[in-house]
Amino acid sequence: MTFKTRTSPRRFRPTPTLLRWEWLLIVLLIVACAINASLSPYFLNVRNLFDMVFHFMEKGLIALPMALVIISANIDLSVASNLAMSSIVMAASYQAGLNIWLAVLLGLAVGTLGGLINGLLIARVRLPSLVVTLGSYALYRGVAFVILGDLVVTGFPPLFTYLGQGYVAHTPVPVPLVIFAVLATLFGLLLHRTVFGRYVYAIGNNEEACRYSGVFVDRIKIIIFALSGLMSALAAVVLTARFGSARPNIALGFELDAITAVVLGGVDINGGQGSMPGVVLALFLMGVVRYGMSLKNVPGQVQNTLIGILLIVAILLPQFLRRLAPRSRA
Amino acid sequence: MNSRAQPGPILELTDIHKAFGGVQALAGANFELCPGEIHALVGENGAGKSTLVKVITGVHQPDAGEILFRGEPVTVANPLVAQRLGVAAIYQEAMLFPDLDIAENMFMGHHPVRPFTRRVAWRQMYEQAAQPLRALGVELDPRTRVRGLAVAQLQMVEIAKALSFNARVLIMDEPTSALTLNEVADLFRIARQLRDAGTAIVFISHRLDEVFELADRVTVLRDGHYVGTRDVGDVTHDELIRMMVGRTLEDLFPKMDVERGEPVLRVEGLTKEGMFEDVSFELHQGEILGLAGLMGAGRTGVAQAIFGVAPADSGTIWVHGQHARIRRSRDALALGIAYVPEDRQRHGLLLPMNITHNVTLPILQEFANVGWLDQEAEVQKAQEYASRLDVRAAGLWQCARELSGGNQQKVVLAKWLAASPRILILDEPTRGIDVGTKAAVHELMSVLASQGMAILMISSELPEILGMSDRVLVMCEGRLTGHFGRAEATQESIMAAATTPSLAASPAQSAPSPMQEAR
Amino acid sequence: MKGTGGKTKRHSLLLAIAGVRETGISIFILLLVVAVSLRSPYFLTVDNFTDILMDIAILSIVAIGEAMVILTRGIDLSAASTIALSGMTVGMTISSHQGIPPAVALLMGIGMGAVLGSLNGLMVTKGRIPPIIATLGTLSIYRGLVFLISGGAWVDAHELPRSFVYLSKNFVLGIPILVLIAVIVAIISYYFLNHARTGREIYAVGSNPEAAQVVGIHVNRILFLVYLLSGILSGMAGVLWVSRYASAQSDTAVGFELQAVAAAVVGGVNIFGGSGTIPGVLLGSLLLGIVVNALNLVRISPFWKLAVQGLIILLAVVSDAVVSRRLQRAQSAGRVS
Repeated sequence: MTFKTRTSPRRFRPTPTLLRWEWLLIVLLIVACAINASLSPYFLNVRNLFDMVFHFMEKGLIALPMALVIISANIDLSVASNLAMSSIVMAASYQAGLNIWLAVLLGLAVGTLGGLINGLLIARVRLPSLVVTLGSYALYRGVAFVILGDLVVTGFPPLFTYLGQGYVAHTPVPVPLVIFAVLATLFGLLLHRTVFGRYVYAIGNNEEACRYSGVFVDRIKIIIFALSGLMSALAAVVLTARFGSARPNIALGFELDAITAVVLGGVDINGGQGSMPGVVLALFLMGVVRYGMSLKNVPGQVQNTLIGILLIVAILLPQFLRRLAPRSRA
Repeated sequence: MNSRAQPGPILELTDIHKAFGGVQALAGANFELCPGEIHALVGENGAGKSTLVKVITGVHQPDAGEILFRGEPVTVANPLVAQRLGVAAIYQEAMLFPDLDIAENMFMGHHPVRPFTRRVAWRQMYEQAAQPLRALGVELDPRTRVRGLAVAQLQMVEIAKALSFNARVLIMDEPTSALTLNEVADLFRIARQLRDAGTAIVFISHRLDEVFELADRVTVLRDGHYVGTRDVGDVTHDELIRMMVGRTLEDLFPKMDVERGEPVLRVEGLTKEGMFEDVSFELHQGEILGLAGLMGAGRTGVAQAIFGVAPADSGTIWVHGQHARIRRSRDALALGIAYVPEDRQRHGLLLPMNITHNVTLPILQEFANVGWLDQEAEVQKAQEYASRLDVRAAGLWQCARELSGGNQQKVVLAKWLAASPRILILDEPTRGIDVGTKAAVHELMSVLASQGMAILMISSELPEILGMSDRVLVMCEGRLTGHFGRAEATQESIMAAATTPSLAASPAQSAPSPMQEAR
Repeated sequence: MKGTGGKTKRHSLLLAIAGVRETGISIFILLLVVAVSLRSPYFLTVDNFTDILMDIAILSIVAIGEAMVILTRGIDLSAASTIALSGMTVGMTISSHQGIPPAVALLMGIGMGAVLGSLNGLMVTKGRIPPIIATLGTLSIYRGLVFLISGGAWVDAHELPRSFVYLSKNFVLGIPILVLIAVIVAIISYYFLNHARTGREIYAVGSNPEAAQVVGIHVNRILFLVYLLSGILSGMAGVLWVSRYASAQSDTAVGFELQAVAAAVVGGVNIFGGSGTIPGVLLGSLLLGIVVNALNLVRISPFWKLAVQGLIILLAVVSDAVVSRRLQRAQSAGRVS
């Protein structure tokens, strides 16, 4: 028996079920925009649309590696705490006299270190990621509090705050959007087009078989969590720049948004499946929904309620769909 | 048969059909079980024995066919129903709770309770638990936590559990695979005891000598079909094999005569605490070295040590004459060693992923340009090997999960051949696959050997060992106990070595030792 | 039977090591008490210890609920939000109906917790949503509901009936009511987990869910039950919280689920399910309570509290894993396959 030689690489994209999922997200996105437009006549203004994006670029930055984490059948609850810790280390060292860019580097290093610690405990000591990141969720934010207490650091240089508040040249395009777009592309390529990305899927599907197939499972897991830490730190830079201030209780609850974006984006919570375009779409969908809610002055805690409901629905829906439509593989 | 046997069978299965996806596991299977008998169920891998058992215990529902219990038609909808009918099964994977003690394991789901408070009657429970254990002659305290018990002890607990709710039908699925000779004797004693008390026992085993020793009757399945039932006293070993296999041994194993070359692999003094001890041998280019022994003898452990998945505690490995340090599978791969695992679904395949992804997993770096994957090249390679192995699938994009056992094994073989190994370790390569694919795999092995591949074949199937190997090594309880050339190897001599630990060579001898005298 | 002699020796070794957890914590607690009382003599006073006990009363109630969920290989991250929601609901109700006796208020809290817990249970069983995700979702949903029903407003001390506030301040037979309630909860839970069939089935489900199914245990019912119980206990704790701190706010008990999980994990409840004891949970709560109290007394800033909790969780699971791995290696060493 011979097989037709297929040259198109498209076949290796996620299964049609998920392609359908991405279309669903696009539809929902359009619906959400429509609702927002009806809520406020200013919504569809180009400048306002771009400005809306400011609010969720940091969440997006941490959702990117979260996708890798969840596809590899793990979870990282410590991302927001890591963000806080990196931000505080950066701010405190800047306040102590360190050059701002060196402080940024220090913050990035600390965040990556935080991710590395997670990765080592999970991969080498073979502890479940849930408990490890629950512990670091407390520890890292705790460290932030220990360093700064209830103080606030302000007075960042304009070149720094530009990263979080600025626009590209004379366009209405926000700098964080550019940062996010670049990284989203990089992560997308990493996941879908590289050996590393393939390993991530493989580990999420059957870690033991990977160990029997020459895959450096431990090393890859450590890298995944280190990346998560690095991106948390990068998000810390952007967030701190956007607020122009740093305090230990920033980014509270960001991990919920990141996980929701990933799961809503079609990534199977049990690992092994999902796509980056889906995650990006889900992120924007959530951003638009939250923005609409803030237009109606819905308080933050209540917004979280809706996001929580969204998370649950995002998991229930595929199960429901699977029961309606028989499982089809191309 | 026991004279106290009641008239009429306790269990009758007629014309049972069961399919999974595209695979027809049972196609007209019959089975009749009388109280007070030990009835063996035999057949090759893939004959349908496990599926039949799962139908009896309610894990699977038959697509067609009838089940009669004491003459009445029943539907065994789930394991609970089977339990209520008095059917108990002992599988190789213990269905026990490791964190609880033996007594609770026996009584979980139906603890004895005090009359008014409905409080668990602990003392009563421990007393009741002690009884079956004593009856079995087992010296285990019912208060012992199950975690940490040896396999033989776990089986005893399972049997005691079955006794505790008065099982009338006891199914034992390959119970002796992980037991020592003494433990097997204990198990047989208990089985006979139970039989004499009227229990009906279904005994599934690959080891025909055990069947002849223990069973009263034997039923043969082949490719999901019922072949026949005989009284054990009325059938010979060869007849039984012929019923199981359907053709003579010679047809099955297309072995070519190959000129054997240089030694490519040499291990010396390989030891891992609790698994194997002082294993030494050589493997040559172009030869097929069979590694025989009972399940649990430590053979897979040796293979995993050579492949790096579970390195040995001590001992040395030489590959192509060079000292090798193999701490993980990538090290072995780099040296040209490939391992086709025993448990293909758990260790060999990524079931939800497609054929291409499975085939290229160990060699992804070949298609990588600074990490970037050349997916076209990947597909081409996968296609090349899938075709060579004649994988039957709708396309390369099909998920491994949807393939039959035989095709799954072909995918695993394709994967490892694509890695261009020079040393191929096959662990039970034809377990659980249909006869046609089996023949194809054997032919492949011969061809590979003739092309210079060094093959180490672990198998529990004596016909396969005898048919395919140039030389045969035998392990028993972690040690090498036999070494035979192709001409000297017989079923008897191999079985003797496989079941006699004292035949192990003393550490002073260097590998490989000359022929052992068969007892 | 081969190796039985060794088995009994190993058996007692296992028992010894399992018991080590509780004895270990007890010893650690004793050492900690000695160390802290050397630094700060106020530590060993009756007043201080009463404070500690009152603190951990609520913690142990929630930790017991959390422990039951963890026994089944799950987790309940919504415990704190349940505390807040039930506390706010009850607080608002009794502030506008001052005649409601405290006992009834407690029952209302329990009822509210039951509803919230059952939602979790339904999602995990019928919805087949992994517990981490389901409770991560309800963590936000319930917390948001607190805001929605209160409009962001607090229920203040002067709005609460006097009898209600005294519930957590009064003593009966020399023991604070709060502590008494916690003790009763502990005794009932101990009895349930150790002597009731259903309680034993909880252990079975966590130890081997497939085997539990095979022996006929209704796994889904057990799972639903533990989330229901966790909700009930959190609901009860919510009412007690409002009484103790004489206020109900929208950010009540934020982060408390972490403390509950920490208390359980430190107390020896295995995160992989199947093993753990009530006395262990109580000791874990005591340890955490003493640590927090000690931090206050030794003048370490309260900002260390979070970091220390995280560190304790990590240390507890790491040491658990290391010890159990040594144990496994010791076991397999005695066996030849």
